[in-house]
Amino acid sequence: MIEGIDITHILIVSTCMFFIGVYGFLVRRNLITILMATELILNAVSINFVVLNKFIYPDVLQGYMFSVFIIAIAAAEAAVAIAIIINVYRRYRTINVENVHDMKY
Amino acid sequence: MNVIFFYIIAAAILGFSILSVTSRKILRAATFLLFVLISTAALYFLLQVHFLAAVQLMVYAGGIAVLIIFSILLTSNVDFTFEKIDWKKQVFSGLLALGGAAITILTLLQFNFNSLVTKQTVTPDIRSFGRAFLSYGDGGFVLPFEVITVLLLAAMVAAIMVAKKSKQ
Repeated sequence: MIEGIDITHILIVSTCMFFIGVYGFLVRRNLITILMATELILNAVSINFVVLNKFIYPDVLQGYMFSVFIIAIAAAEAAVAIAIIINVYRRYRTINVENVHDMKY
Repeated sequence: MNVIFFYIIAAAILGFSILSVTSRKILRAATFLLFVLISTAALYFLLQVHFLAAVQLMVYAGGIAVLIIFSILLTSNVDFTFEKIDWKKQVFSGLLALGGAAITILTLLQFNFNSLVTKQTVTPDIRSFGRAFLSYGDGGFVLPFEVITVLLLAAMVAAIMVAKKSKQ
């Protein structure tokens, strides 16, 4: 428990961050910027896990653990997504989602 | 003091995340994302979860942000500016995001968190994290830990396989 900071304030910050990420996901057309919006969403969720663990259940470590796993999965996801983006760029010479509309077969 | 720092960090997180989804230069957007990730690490330091803050700085700010900037440099021209987004899409997405945020924040404000608080505490230092990662008893995480190591290995192999040039 950190004195002076209310739990709802931190949760409001992470909620705003999550929905800013959703907005970016809907508005952007470049594959890399969509990936960046996804990172924002994952980061907001990870803050939520940490805050709820810190303020409400300080007798266990589960929330922190899930946060570590979220960070690891985000790293794996970013690596695979960037490999796919580079392959798409090599094939189509663009990474705009509206110009990449056919699959190989 | 803590409160002042918290509001500075919260303002940094919100401002930089808005800039990172609205900036029309892609490299600037990536830099703002890096600032958001570093501010999140600062928030973890403020909450005194030092191990998680270090992991956040190393993996997110050190690894993922560099990976994203690297792929931007490979796939787009640095001076490239996105065209303006058509206002209809902007308004509808903004309304959707604002509506979702409003509903969630209203629910948060009505919920009474203080009734749930448990008292007995465990300090989240590196020693307790290591114990929890490798213990197979109650509250141990050895199976998810092993699964995540295999997942990371598989993801790295998959990334190399997908990104390498095909023989022709």
